[in-house]
Amino acid sequence: MSERATDVSREAATWLERREREDWSDADNSALETWLAQSPAHKLAFWRVKGAWSQTERLNALRPTAAQKPAVAPSRKTPTVLRFAAAALAVAAVGGFAASSMLSGPAYKTYSTGVGVRETITLPDGSQIELNTDTSVRVAEASLHRNVVLDRGEAFFQIKHDAAHPFVVTAGNSRVVDLGTKFTVRTETDRVEVALVEGRARIEPLDGNAPTRIATLSPGDVAVAEKDSLRVSTLPKRDLADDLGWRRGVLIFRRTTLAQAASQFNRYNAHKLIVPDAAVAELQLGGTFQTNNPELFARVARDVLGLRIENRGGETVISR
Amino acid sequence: METGGQNTDPLRAAMPGVEDWFLREIFPLEGLLMHFLRLNWRNKAELEDLRQEVYVRVYEAATKELPAQPKAFLLRTAHNLLVNRVKREQIVPIAAVGDLDEFDAAIDAPGPERSVIARDMLRRLQAALDRLPPRCREVVVLRRIEGLSRPEIALRMGISTDTVSEHLAHGMFVLAELLYGENELGRNT
Repeated sequence: MSERATDVSREAATWLERREREDWSDADNSALETWLAQSPAHKLAFWRVKGAWSQTERLNALRPTAAQKPAVAPSRKTPTVLRFAAAALAVAAVGGFAASSMLSGPAYKTYSTGVGVRETITLPDGSQIELNTDTSVRVAEASLHRNVVLDRGEAFFQIKHDAAHPFVVTAGNSRVVDLGTKFTVRTETDRVEVALVEGRARIEPLDGNAPTRIATLSPGDVAVAEKDSLRVSTLPKRDLADDLGWRRGVLIFRRTTLAQAASQFNRYNAHKLIVPDAAVAELQLGGTFQTNNPELFARVARDVLGLRIENRGGETVISR
Repeated sequence: METGGQNTDPLRAAMPGVEDWFLREIFPLEGLLMHFLRLNWRNKAELEDLRQEVYVRVYEAATKELPAQPKAFLLRTAHNLLVNRVKREQIVPIAAVGDLDEFDAAIDAPGPERSVIARDMLRRLQAALDRLPPRCREVVVLRRIEGLSRPEIALRMGISTDTVSEHLAHGMFVLAELLYGENELGRNT
């Protein structure tokens, strides 16, 4: 009977570990070669343990979860004033912004984030607004009217309830009236999405006289308002939490197509992911990824789905 | 001659034909192979040894010519090995070794999508990591995710570099079992 397989596997792992050490020498290497040449079983065990270990490179993608490290944005620790300053700087960095800010008049203060940046604004009443990547909001300065306009992007609102002064978020053609809540609002061209995490809120059209477009939301509800329609669906808690992964700096995918994943990453990064082939774009992937590392995602997609990636300067092309 | 620098990124390193073929085609089927062996072999203590022997036989064939249908070839090899063992050792009647075609058809039927396998691998990685002994897991995480060197890990955890190595080697061994085989080893620990 040959050597026990378990012993051979353990020995292979010991070799692999030694080979990864900083003091691995040529002499060590010859010793390893000798061991490998002793029997195919040695060689196979070494390939096998090496193959499995190389798979763990993907653990990188699970970083926040696996390391159990709460990914707190450093900006949260900076004093409010500094955060405001940072937000103001970000405003300056966003082109074409000044015009809309002037239109909005002096009663509003504008906060913006650039691509890949997150900021938290604390309002005088203690309410907080977390701005996601490439986002712009205007906040009414008069404390009597708690009005916020989401001009672009996505924000998470944690609102201190005040029945006398309802908090109103305007986005696209819709208005969200808060009844003491935590919720997110995301606006794209002709589309506003509101997801309610806690409390209650009402979404209604700006023109106000279309009863079919008014809905009161409960936790878990996601309302999507488009030009002339309003759809409300209820998401499982987990999915809602996934969608809020950006607050921790991560994107969480479950059965997500490459097309969707790429468009998510592209919201956060100047370095774009391109998936030209329609069939490839439909392939699905899951996992937790840092928003700011599209190239790691591309590598994982390559390894997991057996694709090819090509870095072309400002973009990475993923293809078959 | 290989250098340490090249070794740090085995995924990107060019692998010679047979090794590459094993990584791509054979090791990912280990769960299936173990399932087949478990179903058809009574002595569970011998499963790993049988696996090793199957791999060696597949390897010997592959060095001559890479089999065109890896899965069929792997299972056929396993089947033949079991049949020969039964004949040789006279332990159980030959009928005890299940019909391969039937088994093959059964496993072919609900072929998981590529995306399912992909999701599975990430999930399995995470689950495998969770199943490592705590200190071992910590070392693996520091090494693989934080990218710390052996001395840095030793310093961080207040243990010797030799102990770091022991944990790492054990982690490598167990992860191979869990990722490829999903076999009893992991469940017992």
